[in-house]
Amino acid sequence: MFGSPLAWIILALAQLVFAWFYLANLESFLQVQPQLIRIAHPPGATEAIAAPLFSIGAVVLLMITPLLTSRLIAEERRNHTLPFLISAPVSMTEIVLGKFLGLMVFLSAIIALIVALAVSLLAGGRLDFGLLLSNIAGLWLLSACFVALGLYISCLSTQPAIAGAAALCILFALWIMDNAESGENGITRSLSPFAHFENFNRGMIDTFDLAYFALFIFFFLALSVRWLKLYR
Amino acid sequence: MSAKTEQKTVSARDLIRYFGARIAVDQVSLELGQGEVLGLLGPNGAGKTTIMRLLTGNLAPNNGKIEICGMDLQKQTLKAKACIGYLPEIPPLYRELTIDEYLRLAVKLRRLARSKTDDAIRKAVERCGLDNVRRRLIGSLSKGYQQRAGIAQAIIHDPAVIILDEPTSGLDPNQMRDVRSLIRELGAMRSVIFSTHALSEVESVCDRVQIINHGRQVFEGPVDRMKLEGTRLEEIFTQSTMEKIET
Repeated sequence: MFGSPLAWIILALAQLVFAWFYLANLESFLQVQPQLIRIAHPPGATEAIAAPLFSIGAVVLLMITPLLTSRLIAEERRNHTLPFLISAPVSMTEIVLGKFLGLMVFLSAIIALIVALAVSLLAGGRLDFGLLLSNIAGLWLLSACFVALGLYISCLSTQPAIAGAAALCILFALWIMDNAESGENGITRSLSPFAHFENFNRGMIDTFDLAYFALFIFFFLALSVRWLKLYR
Repeated sequence: MSAKTEQKTVSARDLIRYFGARIAVDQVSLELGQGEVLGLLGPNGAGKTTIMRLLTGNLAPNNGKIEICGMDLQKQTLKAKACIGYLPEIPPLYRELTIDEYLRLAVKLRRLARSKTDDAIRKAVERCGLDNVRRRLIGSLSKGYQQRAGIAQAIIHDPAVIILDEPTSGLDPNQMRDVRSLIRELGAMRSVIFSTHALSEVESVCDRVQIINHGRQVFEGPVDRMKLEGTRLEEIFTQSTMEKIET
């Protein structure tokens, strides 16, 4: 992956978006900072700059991940290279996990870019590391959900473009499910991974959210393994 | 068929595979010993490729049992697969990799010890005549080289059973000769199953031939004896495949 120009272009473009957003947030934070001091418990730099950065990260990953997951199985099928993997002495679970983890390494690099930006705030103040860690964990789990879903959709089509578009639509629908409902705990909302990410974004690590993410990821990885087995 | 066949490396019994309602492989059995070369013959669409996909675990049979080196392909899948080298009809090549990178990946997938990697690649490259193009991207190579890269990945882990689906298709006469002599060389120590349309190829390379038509086995016999008896493979082929069409 890191041997291809695609990876570096995506990293560069993602960094451009993050940096832009980071600077804009930093500027507005500096503007309101004098007034914030008067409040009893003013939001710190982590809350005001880093956390929104992670929310933007979630949206950027929502758009990037389908692009990357679309190729995982669909392209192997289109190029007739799937027998190369299936004939090898590796199990279907290993193939799926390999694809999943391989892409997660790359997405971790994108997340590391955001973390680096957030940590750079240390140059001018203190950081709430608890909040930062919960954001990192949340975004990582959220992107793992994207990959698991995208991987399964990539199994279903021989055309990477179709797999990519379908995955993007579904992720987008899940995102809207989170935003559309005004109530805090509606059913549609609790089905959306974005709603569960929001708790992490606020610095709240809930076992319910953890369980949701674990289940979501496991469900789609298991479906992918099943698909590969039935493909024979 | 001499003392060569004492140890069975491939044993498939009563294989059946449906695609939807259509039967693609109908009760085909085959057996192969160490040091034997089996040629699969048959008209296009007869089921040769399907049989090979079944034997390599790329398709699951609806019925029947496959044993590779004494291991059940359904139950001891990974161990059995480790004994197989497979070249599909369309070579499974990653166009954006160089030959070297591709073979390194093949070695890793077959779980060879790291210390043996370089040696395995060197051998495969040498055997398939890929020395000059090791650093070239596969996508930029000619069909002949691509086909040979496909063979290289199939034999790189020195498998006991080598299954080649039309290994000589799309090659020029010189390359065909090279691949044939490679198959003969491999067949001296290993078991080789390969499919082809060239009847002369079967006569010059194979120990045994099996003819498939409409998913069924219509002829099976050793090539040596046919030569002695003066039977021509071409006649057998036309007879056994024509009959089926008439009925």
